[in-house]
Amino acid sequence: MKNKLLGIPYIIWMAIFVVAPLILVVIFAFTGRNGGFTLENFSTMNQYVGVFGDSFLLALVATMACIFIGYPLAYFLSRENAALKGMAMMLIMLPMWMNFLLRTYSWMSLLEDTGLLNRLFQAIHLIDLVNVIGSSMAGLLNQPYEPIEFFHMINTPGAVILGMVYNFLPFMVLPIFSVIDKIDHRVIEAAQDLGADSTVVFRRIIFPLSLPGVLSGVTMVFIPSVSTFVISGLLGGGKTMLLGDLIQMQFSGNTYNPNLGSAISLVMMVIVLVCISIMNRFGSGGEEAVVL
Amino acid sequence: MKRTLAVFLTAALLAAALPGCGGSKNVVNVYNWGEYIDMSVLEDFEAQTGIQVNYQTFDNNESMYSLLSSGGSSYDVIIPSDYMISRMIEEDMLEPLDFDQIPNFEDIDPALKNPEYDPTNAYSVPYMWGTVGIIYNTEKVSSPVDSWDILFDPDYAGQILMFDNSRDAIGIALKSLGYSYNTTDETQITQAVDLLVEEKPLVQSYVMDQIFDKLEGGEAAVGPYYAGDYITMVENNPALAFCLPKEGSNLFVDAMCIPKGAQNKGNAETFINFMCSTEVGIKNCTEIGYSTPLLSVKEALPDEIKNNPVAYPSAEVLAGCETFTNLPENILMLYDSEWTRLKTTK
Repeated sequence: MKNKLLGIPYIIWMAIFVVAPLILVVIFAFTGRNGGFTLENFSTMNQYVGVFGDSFLLALVATMACIFIGYPLAYFLSRENAALKGMAMMLIMLPMWMNFLLRTYSWMSLLEDTGLLNRLFQAIHLIDLVNVIGSSMAGLLNQPYEPIEFFHMINTPGAVILGMVYNFLPFMVLPIFSVIDKIDHRVIEAAQDLGADSTVVFRRIIFPLSLPGVLSGVTMVFIPSVSTFVISGLLGGGKTMLLGDLIQMQFSGNTYNPNLGSAISLVMMVIVLVCISIMNRFGSGGEEAVVL
Repeated sequence: MKRTLAVFLTAALLAAALPGCGGSKNVVNVYNWGEYIDMSVLEDFEAQTGIQVNYQTFDNNESMYSLLSSGGSSYDVIIPSDYMISRMIEEDMLEPLDFDQIPNFEDIDPALKNPEYDPTNAYSVPYMWGTVGIIYNTEKVSSPVDSWDILFDPDYAGQILMFDNSRDAIGIALKSLGYSYNTTDETQITQAVDLLVEEKPLVQSYVMDQIFDKLEGGEAAVGPYYAGDYITMVENNPALAFCLPKEGSNLFVDAMCIPKGAQNKGNAETFINFMCSTEVGIKNCTEIGYSTPLLSVKEALPDEIKNNPVAYPSAEVLAGCETFTNLPENILMLYDSEWTRLKTTK
């Protein structure tokens, strides 16, 4: 009984700040601009197919990149001693103490054509080296070669993906790490006793047991990536519109249209839910993955 | 113990989140653009009148509008731009002002009284005004700049910045095609966006405040922005220059208004009157670099500012400029869908 009482503030919090807004989103999505039920918000949505496609594609690539960077990191960390683990966790969390916008803004200054990275590459003559190699290769092939002055990094889809990976990588590393770290060592020793080499141990024991962590990580990276609206503006030069930008435009653009904004949000949520549940179907330990 | 602390913290958080809930306290709730005032002015006001100022900021007219129209706020003084004022007047969101309480209104430049956005001048008192022009780096741009055409010039591919805001960006395209900023002709608007689609491969990025970094640091060569901000930028990079295009440009006015249902209307009028006094006007003007509508303030400014054609263009140049007016809803929706078309073009 006492335990249930302790849950009450949490339930009230959820009801006010999660459930009620969700209900409002649904109500708004099915309401016209002058009130009254309508499906018009959804029937006009086909013009945004491109935006949906771009957002999901970029978020997918960013999530894959996070797995490929985050999984090995989490795996090797979990085998280190406690002091190093603590230190590494600290370092992973540290950037998150700074404001998200500030961090993304700094990437803008780093990646610009005249930015810090390009100045560094010039100073260490990396760009000269590329030009020398490029011109000699072109000479061999009898192709004209135009020397570069900098690497063009900012205002490309790659920069947007970099921004997403940088900002959301901790959300991939932490759940994978905590799951691998908790794997019972006796299971691994048993496998080794039965003659499994380290590859087999990883493939048949550690990897399957770590899947719930990967699934949580995927959810926690994919959802913010698909709905982000600052990164594309700052690092993508505002040249591709993502779902977050589109939704934000409905609320603070020329036309104040919360109904269409809610409808787009709702469709996005449904697609994300479907993706996550399909993924959980494939993953064996799916029930442990965090949904929402 | 922990729970008491939690309750206390929650209460403190809620109290902080609700501005102007002082009720009977002597306050005025002000909602202004970010970086658009000399903050010491607020302390002066509190010392002089004993009225406490709750000061908050917004970053665009539309977000201010959506906050006010969703009814979740109680502000006494707001400072929107021209076209937003006309929209709010149309939608009955503003309170008529009692000009007997605002004697300093006398000092406002007659050219800015009874503007198009508030024809009977019943709802607004101008705070600052300015123009939009082309800011360019003289080290990178060699040809003379006198027209919007430079923003569409392939010679500067990858060096051009553009407004990340549909009204301003489409407006520039309309002007360079020789149309009005306030056209409601759908084919003209579509034509303007076609021009922007053509321009897109040349554009380095669509920006708002990032333009400060990109122009000051030499990352980009040219971009359109506000004259007042140019004055700030050129202090950091003297190679920058400003041009009001010959096709004409946008003249904007940000004016002080009182929203419907304001709790402290009397205090709001005292505040507006205070903001129109000469000393306060000089402080604000010096701090933010925009142009003042107050004649006595302009008179008192140093010669190099007062005679600077960027801040105070001549009457004939101003005659070629146009203010934004509110557009009908179907045109606003066209703006949004056309803007989406531009942004989704590969």
